[in-house]
Amino acid sequence: MTTVAESFPLPERRGTAGRLSDFFWRHPHVLLAILLGPPLIWLGIVYLGSLFALLLQSFFSIDDFSGLINYEFTLATYRQLLSEANLDIIIRTVAMAALVTLASAVIVFPIAYYAARYARGKGKALFYLAVMLPLWSSYLVKVYAWKLILAKEGILTWFLAKLNLLWLLDAWLALPIVGGSSLSISYTGTFIVFVYVWMPFMILPIQAALERVPANLIEASSDLGGTPAQTFRHVIFPLALPGIVAGSIFTFSLTLGDYIIPQIIGSSRLFIGQAVYAQQGTAGNVPLAAAFTVVPIVIMGAYLWMAKRMGAFDAL
Amino acid sequence: MKQMLKSCTALTLSLGLAAPALAQEPLKELGAGEGALSIVAWPGYIERGETDKNYDWVTEFENKTGCKVSVKTAATSDEMVALMNEGGFDLVTASGDASLRLVAGKRVQPINTDLIPSWKTIDERMQNAPWHTANGVHYGTPYVWGPNVLMYNTDAFKGEPPKSWNVVFEEMTLPDGKSNKGRIQAYDGPIHVADAANYLMAHKPELGIKDPYELNEDQYKAALDLLRNQRKLVGRYWHDAMIQIDDFKNEGVVASGSWPFQVNLMQAEKLPIASVIPEEGVTGWADTTMLHADSEHPNCAYMWMEHTLSPKVQGDVSAWFGANPSVGAACKGNELLTDEGCATNGYNDFERVKFWKTPVAKCESQGECVPYHRWVSDYIGVIGGR
Repeated sequence: MTTVAESFPLPERRGTAGRLSDFFWRHPHVLLAILLGPPLIWLGIVYLGSLFALLLQSFFSIDDFSGLINYEFTLATYRQLLSEANLDIIIRTVAMAALVTLASAVIVFPIAYYAARYARGKGKALFYLAVMLPLWSSYLVKVYAWKLILAKEGILTWFLAKLNLLWLLDAWLALPIVGGSSLSISYTGTFIVFVYVWMPFMILPIQAALERVPANLIEASSDLGGTPAQTFRHVIFPLALPGIVAGSIFTFSLTLGDYIIPQIIGSSRLFIGQAVYAQQGTAGNVPLAAAFTVVPIVIMGAYLWMAKRMGAFDAL
Repeated sequence: MKQMLKSCTALTLSLGLAAPALAQEPLKELGAGEGALSIVAWPGYIERGETDKNYDWVTEFENKTGCKVSVKTAATSDEMVALMNEGGFDLVTASGDASLRLVAGKRVQPINTDLIPSWKTIDERMQNAPWHTANGVHYGTPYVWGPNVLMYNTDAFKGEPPKSWNVVFEEMTLPDGKSNKGRIQAYDGPIHVADAANYLMAHKPELGIKDPYELNEDQYKAALDLLRNQRKLVGRYWHDAMIQIDDFKNEGVVASGSWPFQVNLMQAEKLPIASVIPEEGVTGWADTTMLHADSEHPNCAYMWMEHTLSPKVQGDVSAWFGANPSVGAACKGNELLTDEGCATNGYNDFERVKFWKTPVAKCESQGECVPYHRWVSDYIGVIGGR
């Protein structure tokens, strides 16, 4: 029986570099460990470590009298998280994220379908540019611009007044919950801006999914007598669903975590991100802020698990 | 500019702990400058003419003393305290709550007022202010201060200034014949509870509120009820001065608690805006330049403190920030502030300002009070409609 060294066709090389090279050749795992180690340590310690440190905080509580953190294991902070005012914040944020996701999917689907099936050459390049362009400009600029558009004395009101449709806007703003004293001071405004800002993240995955739908399946469907609606329902939509789910991960999670849009546009009612910011920044109540961050983590965990079951990651 | 306003938001606060700090010995005599000076400051507090070349109070100091100034901006008092705890800085422009926390934590050293020739020129009302003096020892030099005024639209009020804060707390018909509902704003910070308490102090004396920052459970509950009522009238709460200006311009807002800063900016644009200090008095903020306990450049730091007390610098900062100088002489003959500047910013209303401080559980006036972190969570609830 021959050893590896004996069957080695070349003599060992001289010099440190040569010997090192031989060593790595014989022990590929060591090389892998050296290459992967730093990023894994980074991910493990800096990312996961800090995350767990934060989560751990949520099991501490704040002392009512001194405002100091009490480092003893307790679920009191979670009880506080489930108080009415805080539950409102959670429900408000999740409902907004769900609505934004739904609206984005509905608006985006025809656009993505057009881009995937009909746009060619320059038209396609232009489409990509048009989708990406808003992503390249500053997020804050876009949000402030929308504030001006939606203001009581803003462009939209002026435009509706010209069309004699002001009564429609007033009727909408008089509605409970979605209404307010102007579009920029209502949930409707927050919703519009959320949809605008996160929509590009929805278009691209859906378009990619639609491009993968084989054209012959669509033809086969109509050959077999399927109406366009049936073809859509039984062929195109199921095949594009993974793309929609993948896109919805972006819109849903981004809306769930955003704390700038609701601060600038809306009725000052807090969303989860703002609550975290307020609790850890101004109040110094880090345990409650940590408990609040657990909410999106749990929701996104469940969401990703569901998305995986629906095949959103199959095309990765 | 916006940054600096954010900072103002954070200026909220002041004081809390009156714990006696073991006195470190202040500097005995001044030596030569060390060539460098690092300051933790609110954005916009230390200007070297980069935003507007007329507003520069650093370049001259550097040329005169050879101390190269570097500024680390902090957006909240908590951040300031954290930076000072970390160390490596010489000075901090601390608001009331940060200042006494720093004193209690021994992160700042007492100062020798004899080494600051301009100390005696400081407004007497500020010289021994409790937010920088502990047990008769001074822990810094006053910088600038300001009131939270009631800003209003003169068209909506037909030129008649509102006399009371009730225009932002109770539903009523304004002089222009329309309700104030949806046309007023309130500050988007828990410290606004103090404004409600201040209003109740005048209108519900039976509650026995002595200090709007020290509330027992009953007084606190009454303040929250008032704020819940206010929620029905407020479309959006304000936290960013620029957004508030925009709301006054584009959203039809006609009255709100505000800073002289916004009032000055809008008046400069010839908008029908004015401000008033209503009969109930107002809340306000005051900042102090404090010296780090382990400062490596104490001589430069003393020179800077002296420099900031010159009428020119005091006037310039006040003009820039819509604040009031701590040195009375700054009110006269400053080109940027102008001779009316001090009156505009509320200089003569010092007595009617109840300076921001952090509510603590162990309070002076009645032993046990509702602490700040409950103000935070409850105010979130109030805005959310609970």
